[in-house]
Amino acid sequence: MATKKTTILNLPEEEYVHPGNRACAGCGLSIVYKTGLKALGRDSILVVPPSCLTVLQGLYPIAATQLPCLNVTFASTAAAATGVLAAMRAQKRPDVQVAAWAGDGGTSDIGLQALSGACERGEDFIFICYDNEAYMNTGVQRSGTTPQHVLTTTTPFTGKHQRKKDVPAIIAAHGIDYVATASAAYPLDFYDKVVKAKSIPGPKYIHVHTPCPAGWGFSPRYTVKIGRMAVETGLFDLYEREKGQFRLTGASEKMLGKKRKPVAEYFITQNRFKGMDEEKIQSLQAEVDEKWAGYEKIAQGVC
Amino acid sequence: MHIIEAGNVAAAMGVKLAGVQVVAAYPITPQTPLTEKLSELVDSREMDAQYIPVESEHSALSVCIAASSAGSRAFTATSANGLLYMNEQLHWAAGARLPIVMCVVNRGIGAPWTVWNDHQDAMSQRDTGWIQLYCCDHQQIIDTVIQAFAIAETVRAPVMVCYDGYILSHTYMPFDIPDQADVEKFLPAFTPDWALNPQCPANLNTVTLPEPRADVRGNTAPGYMEIRHNLHTDLRRTIDVTADTDTKFKDIFGRGGQPFIESYFCDDAEHVVVCMGSLSYQMRDVIDELRKEGVSVGVYGLRLYRPFPDRAVAEALDGRKNVLVFEKALSYGYEGPLFSDIKAALYGTDSLPKIRNFILGLGGREIRTRALYQAVKTACNENQSKPHEPDFIGLKL
Ligand SMILES: Cc1ncc(C[n+]2csc(CCOP(=O)(O)OP(=O)(O)O)c2C)c(N)n1
Ligand code: SF4
Repeated sequence: MATKKTTILNLPEEEYVHPGNRACAGCGLSIVYKTGLKALGRDSILVVPPSCLTVLQGLYPIAATQLPCLNVTFASTAAAATGVLAAMRAQKRPDVQVAAWAGDGGTSDIGLQALSGACERGEDFIFICYDNEAYMNTGVQRSGTTPQHVLTTTTPFTGKHQRKKDVPAIIAAHGIDYVATASAAYPLDFYDKVVKAKSIPGPKYIHVHTPCPAGWGFSPRYTVKIGRMAVETGLFDLYEREKGQFRLTGASEKMLGKKRKPVAEYFITQNRFKGMDEEKIQSLQAEVDEKWAGYEKIAQGVC
Repeated sequence: MHIIEAGNVAAAMGVKLAGVQVVAAYPITPQTPLTEKLSELVDSREMDAQYIPVESEHSALSVCIAASSAGSRAFTATSANGLLYMNEQLHWAAGARLPIVMCVVNRGIGAPWTVWNDHQDAMSQRDTGWIQLYCCDHQQIIDTVIQAFAIAETVRAPVMVCYDGYILSHTYMPFDIPDQADVEKFLPAFTPDWALNPQCPANLNTVTLPEPRADVRGNTAPGYMEIRHNLHTDLRRTIDVTADTDTKFKDIFGRGGQPFIESYFCDDAEHVVVCMGSLSYQMRDVIDELRKEGVSVGVYGLRLYRPFPDRAVAEALDGRKNVLVFEKALSYGYEGPLFSDIKAALYGTDSLPKIRNFILGLGGREIRTRALYQAVKTACNENQSKPHEPDFIGLKL
């Protein structure tokens, strides 16, 4: 299984994103967008719903992207990707790679029905969800994937009461052949996952954690640091589920059998966790510990 | 070839003949048999198209929007709440200037649920930028589906082909299936001006500013308002395109000649009835009867509803004593939408006939020919205008 990992030395140099775009300084999405397009390559068509990515890509008639892109309505991303695929089949152009690229709100909430439908039909596309853990484009409202206790503009004082929706698990339950998670803090791991996804027929789902300085309340220079901390504390895990087989990858895999950073260290770095008290922190720490005890068992072959 | 089949089958045969490449649809009564027929044609390889059985109407039109953006001829069909569920996508398809064709098998809207026919579904979507054509029989259904692609691809705007649920969709009637080679003469393969293509990348439907803005080469690109204005003027142009398309169709197939309004005994009529869809054919029996009694009356069946062929309508109504508008839809709190449109078309002309509005058949309420006869006869005799107060026919309060 261990294919050769991409390094900064052999990452393709060709850029598909024009210099200068409309994302905030330090945006985690900028990192994954630039890296992801390199992995997708020139012969690709993107499908994008309303989100920070729509803004990043620029205002008519100027575009930051060099790949053809269809901007679509919020709920329709995966159905639109289906339509592009159908047209490619009708026109006998099977080599075009179709990639849907949506925010966590557009994926986990309003777009979930279309995504579920496309997965069930077995559409041959890659769906990339970049998870900045809220509706950022409309000004930081809670989404299905906003973690518990996080302050947003719709959960302003006591934080979000509910837990984060586990979208990769929901998509994996469709029985598709490739589900992976990644992080903007580990762009090469993400790159390799996109490349691998391209080689697998059928629907592929990659869920990328993308720190957002504006929405999370941290200085733009700490994007990578904070993304790494989410992984090092075990709050966000890097893994692949290939044909149902689960395995941790990259930085998360290396953490097996080792001590993780306490989640409290992550929480103090961002304003959005200001509503946390000791009890909430301890209960989240316990959840992470339990999740990781499960990973340790899987790694030892005890399931 | 002549066959006897249901209206939904006539529509499906039209879709096949038109060389549609991508079909996506979601079942809803009374549209469902059309979708099923298309799956059958694709699955048996009688039709070389991609058939996508999606999970909702919103997705059905999304698939068509994307397939059309990628340069394929695309088709979908729906009814009632399915059409309303597409509302966002209806605007999107028109705004993106995509020549998608959709059959709307007209049905009343819930709540409360009804599966029977009226025109509220399509008529309440009249401002979405779609061209709307209404059919009166099965021959018109198959012919209009084929013509719809020609119109859509000429003006780059989507077209709804509307026909009455059950009354046309499920009843059997004889109709002629045009010859494939003739259809290809009439409707050549789809060649889009632009399409999604990695060899020639473009970012479609991006955020657009209110004001025009220069592109990277310094050429001025329109702002949002110019884009909307262009859609509007192109839709106005569609009135002429519809007429030209009809002429071309008639040259090849011998049918047609009344692209906007179908006239029955209207030439010399003092009183005219206006309606849409199968109702205008039912009304013909009433006209026959009243003509026998010496009443000078005729019926117009409106075929093109959006863009509204105002000049043709005003001309047709010029010099009449009475104009009686019968319709199966309401702009709640006002009157029938067709009635408003007809009055607007008459504004500024010298002709001011007495005008009345009749609402009937909502949610499939049976339309008795006897009741139509009574209403027309009385209205012709009363010779009265009722500008905003619709009369309900068959209402049992
Ligand atoms: C039908 C519909 N409802 C609401 C909106 C408004 N809207 C645009 S972007 C957005 C939030 C996007 O959030 P997410 O998908 O998480 O992406 P992000 O902005 O965080 O990158 C919303 C609610 C819309 N465009 N369409
Ligand atoms: S709000 Fe967040 S996700 Fe959106 S562009 Fe700014 S930093 Fe990126």
